[in-house]
Amino acid sequence: MGNIWEIIFATDFIFSVVRVTTPILLAALGAIVSDRAGVVNIGLEGIMLMAAITGVVISAQTQSAFIGLFAAVCAGILIALILGYFVLEMKSNIILGGIAVNLFASGGSVFLLYVLTGEKGTSSSLASKVVPNINIPIIKDIPIIGEIISGHNLITYIAILSVVAVYLMLNKTPMGTKIRSVGENYHAAESVGINVKKVRYIALGLSGMFAGFGGAFLSMGYVSWFSRDMSAGRGWIALAAEAMGGGNTIGTTITALIFGFAQAFANSLQGLNIPSELITIIPNVVTVLGLCIFAITKTTKVRKVKANEKNNN
Amino acid sequence: MSNCLLSLKDITKIYPNGVVANKGITMDIHEGEIHAIVGENGAGKSTLVKMIFGMEQPSLGEIRLRGEPIKIDNPQKAIDLGIGMVHQHFMLVPSFTVMQNLLLGEEPKKGVFIDNNKAMEVTKQLSEKYNLYVEPTVKIRDLTVGMKQKVEILKALYRGAKILILDEPTAVLTSQETVELFSKLQLLKEEGHTIIFISHKLKEVKEISDKVSVIRQGKFEGTYNTFDITEREISKLMVGRDIILKYDKNPPKYGENILTVKDIEYENDNKKILDKISFSVKKGEILGIAGVEGNGQNELVKLITRLMDTQKGEIRLNDTLINNMSISELRANGLSYIPEDRMTTGIAGDGSIADNILANRILEDEFTNKGLLAGNKMKTKTGELIEKYVVKCSNALQKIIDLSGGNIQKVVVARECSVDLQLLIAEQPTRGVDVGSIEFIHHQLLEMRDEGLAILLISADLNEILELCDNIIVMYEGEIVAYFDDKAKVSEEELGMYMLGLEKHSPKNIRRAFNE
Repeated sequence: MGNIWEIIFATDFIFSVVRVTTPILLAALGAIVSDRAGVVNIGLEGIMLMAAITGVVISAQTQSAFIGLFAAVCAGILIALILGYFVLEMKSNIILGGIAVNLFASGGSVFLLYVLTGEKGTSSSLASKVVPNINIPIIKDIPIIGEIISGHNLITYIAILSVVAVYLMLNKTPMGTKIRSVGENYHAAESVGINVKKVRYIALGLSGMFAGFGGAFLSMGYVSWFSRDMSAGRGWIALAAEAMGGGNTIGTTITALIFGFAQAFANSLQGLNIPSELITIIPNVVTVLGLCIFAITKTTKVRKVKANEKNNN
Repeated sequence: MSNCLLSLKDITKIYPNGVVANKGITMDIHEGEIHAIVGENGAGKSTLVKMIFGMEQPSLGEIRLRGEPIKIDNPQKAIDLGIGMVHQHFMLVPSFTVMQNLLLGEEPKKGVFIDNNKAMEVTKQLSEKYNLYVEPTVKIRDLTVGMKQKVEILKALYRGAKILILDEPTAVLTSQETVELFSKLQLLKEEGHTIIFISHKLKEVKEISDKVSVIRQGKFEGTYNTFDITEREISKLMVGRDIILKYDKNPPKYGENILTVKDIEYENDNKKILDKISFSVKKGEILGIAGVEGNGQNELVKLITRLMDTQKGEIRLNDTLINNMSISELRANGLSYIPEDRMTTGIAGDGSIADNILANRILEDEFTNKGLLAGNKMKTKTGELIEKYVVKCSNALQKIIDLSGGNIQKVVVARECSVDLQLLIAEQPTRGVDVGSIEFIHHQLLEMRDEGLAILLISADLNEILELCDNIIVMYEGEIVAYFDDKAKVSEEELGMYMLGLEKHSPKNIRRAFNE
């Protein structure tokens, strides 16, 4: 057991929690924005995957990490908007549409990889670029804190800034108010002349953008290559984080950190003598447990409210 | 005489399914007046104002604003033209504050952010200017209905509405709230606003409006100065239908009480919906409940059919108290129910005719075989029912939603009436149904009555009530206001007077509806 505590309280473990949380958090932000507009995007998993492959391919082509990153994010937005087209214009079911995106991405990314490299597993033969890590001046020299906060990938910092941006956007700007009103009672939004469809396109586009950053992080930061199904359930975990966080930015960020912690913990344990099968299920078990606790507290809350109402009557 | 502000010329609205909601309506609305539009449920009042607010487009005719012909394609256009509407169902976001709802989509900005101080100021100014007091930071979900309505009115005013349309604004209000609303509307009028007010409560119309336009079955019956017309005259213009059906009925043979309702009361949101309702239905009797919709009939039916819990009073079926019975027990005790809304409550739209027609008996031994459904027996029974109730369809496995309204209703009637029953609750059983099906369903009801069933018929169609029922009670604002056991003495017009709250029987006479 002593080993485990040593792992958790090491600065490089906390550093890795932040690193591992990054893609989950980005996708979860995408989940928040789309869910608050009433069009919950369950295609996040697939969007991340497509963004990951796009980033690798384009950065290898252009030999520029930033063009690759830009392309990855554009791919994310594009796929989300296509999903939006099917849901908002063709009136298809958003859940089915999201599943279609996920299935398409799972196969489509491998197909793309095969066409371009002749391989079906990883993109190791492509000379793709990696988004740089950033050392923050001054802070990097502070002991412990500097080791945790500084030196992350640029996209991690983008994720942290995005949390603030999403929080402010949703709660303090007219656009956020529009998104929330459309999600909660679109009749109300319509009645004051808000273009519900447009707002939903924007929300889906934003969710695609965040998932795009998340996907780019996977193949251009976390590792430096693309491998099949490398999003590995992060899109789903992000949706769970969003649900547990009650759709609000802060709650969701905390939940994403908890899931990131579980994942990082599992990664660290791989050095110890524990069967890897056990270790790999840790993040998923934490997700399931988290959702159970969330469901239980929610139902007891509802029951309490109902009981109060009865007493009042 | 003030200038004509809004004029409607020969407005006709035909829906794609062929329903004519409005036919040749011509109406002038003048600046600074409170103009009431009255008519029965389904007369086409709401459709008419929806066209003014751009939610629907007229099929024919012209709308002019200050003499200019205009085309109002959508609500935003209406808002831009200075037309605001307070819907019957509020268009508010529950988790938002009053302020957020008021300013939604048009918030004052500071940079990219909403300027909260400014928003607060605007809200307060607005609320002071129009004398409609609201607390800006309270969430909508914590407000009473009356307060929500104020927010809706302010919302329209904030967007510059000079013409304010209110769709049955008093339907959800308590009487105190109604008084308050009316005083505010008067103030708005004095400030030069024009108010279009939809209602079927004549007392209120008389009290608040300057002009009253009557619509009956989609047709315009004239605009009158409210001062020059009595409530009775308005009522006569409103009530009455074109299709008159007549039946030869056998004299009733009453038996013992099947359904007894005693001192039922029901409250919702501190608003009394039902007050001291007592009546009984005997074997071999069709008891009709007449009334304008929204006067408590719906809640009464929900209590009797156990879709809602009774708060006060007793409901008995054959002397057994049913206040706490489950719906399946209730049905096992011989209650059948033809619900008002056949598309959502009456049928499962995705199911076939066969699925729907036997839905209430799949647990019966007759149709199960060792825990599985007995397919062949069900098929035979379905065939029998389709034939007996003359359901026009290609086959029993056809999706029920593909049938016409009349045939869907026949499936519902077949399901509810083919079991072993003692009491049938028929709620608007022929609404929106073709004449042939109406006749068929009416004959079914009469036949069942002659066989000794107790039937409670709730209908807004006076002709139906008068033709089928042996005895009639009239409900108004949650109370029984009349009981008729001699139909020869009552006409449609007279029933209308009671339904609209202009007349009331003595308590002694009303008590006769209940026999121990």
